Amino acid sequence: MTYPAILTIILTPVVLLGLATVLTWVERRLLGLWQDRHGPDRVGPGGMLQAVADGTKILFKQDWVPPFADRGVFVAAPAIGMMTVLLSFAAIPVTTRAGIAGDMNVGLLFILGMMGLGVYSVVLAGWSSNSKYALLGGMRAAAQMISYEVFMGLSLLGVVMMAGSFSLRDIVAAQAGLWFIVPQCLGFGVFMLAGIAETHRLPFDLPEGENELGAGFHTEYSGMKFGMFFISEYAGIVLVSCLVTTLYLGGWRGPWLPAGVWFALKTCCVVVFFILLRAGLPRPRYDQLMALGWKVLLPLSLFNVMATGTILMLRASL
Amino acid sequence: MHALALLAAGVTVTGAIMVITRRVAVHAVLYLVVTLLALSVVLVLLGASFAAMLEVIIYAGAIMVLFVFVIMMLNLGQPDSQREKEWLHPRAWLGPGILATIVCTELLYCATPLSGPVRLPLPITVHDVGLSLFSRYVLMVELVSFLLLAGLVTAFHIGRHREGGH
Repeated sequence: MTYPAILTIILTPVVLLGLATVLTWVERRLLGLWQDRHGPDRVGPGGMLQAVADGTKILFKQDWVPPFADRGVFVAAPAIGMMTVLLSFAAIPVTTRAGIAGDMNVGLLFILGMMGLGVYSVVLAGWSSNSKYALLGGMRAAAQMISYEVFMGLSLLGVVMMAGSFSLRDIVAAQAGLWFIVPQCLGFGVFMLAGIAETHRLPFDLPEGENELGAGFHTEYSGMKFGMFFISEYAGIVLVSCLVTTLYLGGWRGPWLPAGVWFALKTCCVVVFFILLRAGLPRPRYDQLMALGWKVLLPLSLFNVMATGTILMLRASL
Repeated sequence: MHALALLAAGVTVTGAIMVITRRVAVHAVLYLVVTLLALSVVLVLLGASFAAMLEVIIYAGAIMVLFVFVIMMLNLGQPDSQREKEWLHPRAWLGPGILATIVCTELLYCATPLSGPVRLPLPITVHDVGLSLFSRYVLMVELVSFLLLAGLVTAFHIGRHREGGH
């Protein structure tokens, strides 16, 4: 292993954690803008240091484990969430050369696997807290995330079929002529919805819906353990945005500007779109969310796989 | 690479032992997840990265989550842990212990140079897996899909809301 590779591996999580922290401020400012409020604008220029202030506060809070909790699992749960999200970034290619393992021949499956393991963080947090609201939140999270993983995987099949590879770098390379968002628009829609549900973001944040569950699975968490859930949620948004950019928006491809800048620009646009969704949409009921998944998204993604396969076969036989 | 494989195999075996001896059901399931993950590392090192990823996605990421889900619904407590403890008396270890020793001896024999030189297998790509599944093993694939369909229909039948409610 070469020296720069090791440096990349060390620097990537640091940069990502920094990004996720800044994103908490960006989100609150944008929500303020769209909802005609101020948002945090007091600490530093334009409120930019708000994230630092929040971080400092949360670090100095008492790190409390409730006496009725299952201590080991309670401590491990936020760490699992953080690790799985950060590990997923390894398979994302930023440019033709930058990135840790963008060439991995099962890159996409690796990311799906890590997202699957991320469910444990929420479920175990709910179980180990040993409290009603947390347990209900954890159970909701388990059902919701497992269901939406199915549609996420199925919606990606179209992309994989068109690119003929699970490697994310090959997938970007296959989008030389046309971004996959055009031929795979159906898959793109399903993937976006599944991505929101998978990161349990508003409007699909039923596992922590405060109007009925207190704070859901992280009700009993405080201090930096809560902070880790918070930060890994934002890192999850960045991850899904990176995936959308790589799979559907042509990755680093674009005229004039350098490859890395294009990648960052596209990812930022998707992140802002995520925040806009939060600002604009109300939360559905839990059964509506599950019904949407199994009755609408599943047939849609299956249809997408069938149509893509048929067209590819017809084109090959011509 | 050999050392990495041995390390992962060691974690697999230790995890499996912990699965059997834990008294709290969720802890046992978590050790099973660790076992499966370590097993997928072994698979990657053997060149079967596709199978490894399926192991992570399907077994560790989906089936085990369902296990945890069910255990959460059952709301097990102190009496259940006590009962688990009673089941694990020394005599119950005898049979499995003998069988495990035989397997371990065989494994050790294979790992030593006595059994001849070790050949590293070629990496297996997703293409290879797909081609062999849908040409050579297509009958097996169809049979398994019948089985899955039957399971699905059964689950639907059991879970169906009946008219008049019961």
